Amino acid sequence: MLYRENGQFKTSYAADQQIFPIAQDRLAIGLLLLVAFVVMPMTGSEYLFRAVLIPFLILALAALGLNILVGYCGQISLGTGAFMAVGAYAAYNFLVRIDGMPLIVAMLLGGLTATVVGVLFGIPSLRIKGLYLAVATLAAQFFTDWAFLRVSWFTNNSTSGSVSVAGLNVFGVPIESPVAKYLFCLTVVCVFALAAKNLTRSATGRQWMAIRDMDVAAAVIGIRPVYAKLTAFAVSSFIVGVAGVLWAFVHLGAWEPAAFSIDRSFQLLFMVIIGGLGSIMGAFFGAAFIVVLPIILDQVPHWFGIPLSTATTSHLVHMIFGALIVFFLIAEPHGLAKLWSIGKQKMRLWPFPH
Amino acid sequence: MGFFLETLFGGLMAGMLYSLIALGFVLIYKASGVFNFAQGAMVLFAALAMARFAEWIPKWLGFESLLLANLLAFIVAMALMIVLAWLIERLCLSKLVNQEGITLLMATLGISYFLDGLGQTLFGNDIYSINVGMPKDPAMILEGTFEGGLLISKEDLVAALISAALVLALALFFQKTATGRALRAVADDHQAAQSIGIPLNRIWVIVWSVAGFAALVAGIIWGSKLGVQFSLSLVALKALPVVILGGLTSVPGAILGGLIIGVGEKLSEIYLGSFFGGGIEIWFAYVLALGFLLVRPQGLFGEKIIDRV
Repeated sequence: MLYRENGQFKTSYAADQQIFPIAQDRLAIGLLLLVAFVVMPMTGSEYLFRAVLIPFLILALAALGLNILVGYCGQISLGTGAFMAVGAYAAYNFLVRIDGMPLIVAMLLGGLTATVVGVLFGIPSLRIKGLYLAVATLAAQFFTDWAFLRVSWFTNNSTSGSVSVAGLNVFGVPIESPVAKYLFCLTVVCVFALAAKNLTRSATGRQWMAIRDMDVAAAVIGIRPVYAKLTAFAVSSFIVGVAGVLWAFVHLGAWEPAAFSIDRSFQLLFMVIIGGLGSIMGAFFGAAFIVVLPIILDQVPHWFGIPLSTATTSHLVHMIFGALIVFFLIAEPHGLAKLWSIGKQKMRLWPFPH
Repeated sequence: MGFFLETLFGGLMAGMLYSLIALGFVLIYKASGVFNFAQGAMVLFAALAMARFAEWIPKWLGFESLLLANLLAFIVAMALMIVLAWLIERLCLSKLVNQEGITLLMATLGISYFLDGLGQTLFGNDIYSINVGMPKDPAMILEGTFEGGLLISKEDLVAALISAALVLALALFFQKTATGRALRAVADDHQAAQSIGIPLNRIWVIVWSVAGFAALVAGIIWGSKLGVQFSLSLVALKALPVVILGGLTSVPGAILGGLIIGVGEKLSEIYLGSFFGGGIEIWFAYVLALGFLLVRPQGLFGEKIIDRV
């Protein structure tokens, strides 16, 4: 009743092609943005921002980037953490070495550096695919892990191996309080999500999907695999690089290479699988799920008076993630996003399913 | 010269151990087309089971003999790996028949996470030791030929011999037995193999059990060398470039790849490492494999993949 599109006629091409063609969806998204931008900053607690919302937004952004590569273009990557690290350290170097470098510009330059490195490690994808490529991207992971630990130039000769940034500001507005950090991340994520959504609907996005579904057939109908794969690597690593900058600068403040270890890569891949391969929405679902689950597992036993040790919790999280990944691959390969859209489909017919 | 040879031997021995883990990957890929990312987790799980059972069984049954404890622990751990293989087939693989390689790869990633958690929940997450009576002292050989002789770790030598024996046994198993033939048939074409009456399920259980066996042996050797702890599952990440270099479908490739990576790693660390600031062992294998892939995407002995629309 509430979710039915009777009488919503599209009278122009623009109306037919908009991202949310159904009025109720537009309303829901509008409300969501209102809550995110206005209500949350007024009501949220500091813990909520620091431990839940900021990591959620940044990891969702990284998952978004990875989803473009894995979900849309079918090039599996286990080196996401590496590209995040490249973005973070590059932005750090730009910020430290150039006087008066604005944060936004440093962030974009960090993203661009990640793009270059991503394309470089994407080149093998032209010759190899699938399993072999996964190993090739692992090379990026191990190489950057080593480089940022051993080559002191990258860390501006920091003796401890960890680097830190302070006094962030955008156009003179300081990004120090949790609310400011949250709003900054939220803005960046919204801009990138919108751009990514539109990109995946464009000709380039369709080429990615054609390559994903069957690369040989795509090449036969005139899609250039080189262009499609490398653009996917470029766009993906740009977004992942920016997410890396946010993670390091805004969330952590001070970090060392371990912040972008192989575990982070796996974590992001899991977000993409659980959230939904080939779905922008899925990146958010996946990130929310993976950020919130450990917190819940930490809290719930407390309420029932059976506190688990940290180690047990972490093992439990491992097991649940593992089981869920297998479950989702078997039962719903398109992840939570698909469940969501099935739910919406049902709502449109309710209460008269046919 | 003596130092160079020592490094070379060290590399060869380490390479043999990489091969042993790589073998697990190759076996499963060869017989079912699944790239088993969980091999590392299986090594950890098997080693944890072995270490803990060797400690628990004498307590439960009340005897002292180390040999008997190890033997019983080995049998129990092996039984556990077979149960695991059966469960993986039942709960996961049988439901993913005919899916794409990437889906299966991600499923094994899930299995790997699950096993990491399960193993440490069941067996604890401290550092355990496995004592199967491997000789620990280094041996001096060729003292007459070189000044100072060559220092060789007996432990590595024994490990290398065990790996070699295992490889030989597996090669014979694949080539000479009816089951081996069935495995190869399944690898070649699932549907064709099924249509002539080869039971796919049983083949998968067998192959995962064999991979579990390889994981157990690798786990025991690495575990008695380094101690059993979480980092053991990361050793498998070292075996990935070995598999890639050797070719995913080739047992000899896994061996040769392991030797090349082992030797390359040690030599590069010693002779090139100082130029890069050391620690290049971490990525050398990967970069070597990556460079090789660009020239020859199917690896040393891998089968060339031909795509048809």
